[in-house]
Amino acid sequence: MEDDKVNVVAASLSPSRLRQTGTTPDYRFSLANERTFLAWLRTALALVAGGIAIAQFLPPLRTEGLREGIAGVLLLLGSACAVRAVLHWAACERAMRQGKDLPVSRFPTVLAILVAVGAVGLLVLVLTGTFSA
Amino acid sequence: MNRPPRDPGAQPERTRLAWRRTLLAATVLGLLAARGVIVEDTGPRQVTLIALLALTWLALLIVSHRRIRALATDRPVTLPWLAALGAVGVVLTLAVLAVLTMVV
Repeated sequence: MEDDKVNVVAASLSPSRLRQTGTTPDYRFSLANERTFLAWLRTALALVAGGIAIAQFLPPLRTEGLREGIAGVLLLLGSACAVRAVLHWAACERAMRQGKDLPVSRFPTVLAILVAVGAVGLLVLVLTGTFSA
Repeated sequence: MNRPPRDPGAQPERTRLAWRRTLLAATVLGLLAARGVIVEDTGPRQVTLIALLALTWLALLIVSHRRIRALATDRPVTLPWLAALGAVGVVLTLAVLAVLTMVV
């Protein structure tokens, strides 16, 4: 796993290394991998947009800095999504070239849990009246 | 011209549309961020930020259109590394600019 990460960084520094490994897979699989990558990028964009929307449209909260904190967490999650998208895309591409199994990842689970916990947390804030001025 | 039979899964078309959707999402995000910049004040700092947002969006426009044109063949090549890094760079830059729209 750690080894993979290092290889990805090395591959990004010399892109030809990714192409040299193994054999070129069926172009349809590469395109499917590309679309997954783009779907993750859109997830990242949606999280960033959520952060901007919070900062712009939520009135200042009773707790100082809470609004900016929520926006900041969403922006960080979006950035993490974008970085992970390209790392996972490269790892899948390399696995396909080498005829190995596609890499598994905990990231989608972790993101889903974070979003769920965040949503429940916001619900608690709404119900306890933290959002009402 | 002797063309191979069309891919019944329409993979290149679907991938082209995925790039369009991504560009569209980034456009909405850029407009939302730009709105936040100018809604209260329009000074030199705001103009700079709008220009940076526009340049970042333009970068994604170029990356996606180059890729869309590259996909307009029957057997498109794998997404180049630079295009993938460019697209991710645009998203990260937009996140950084979003932080700046909150502080200016």
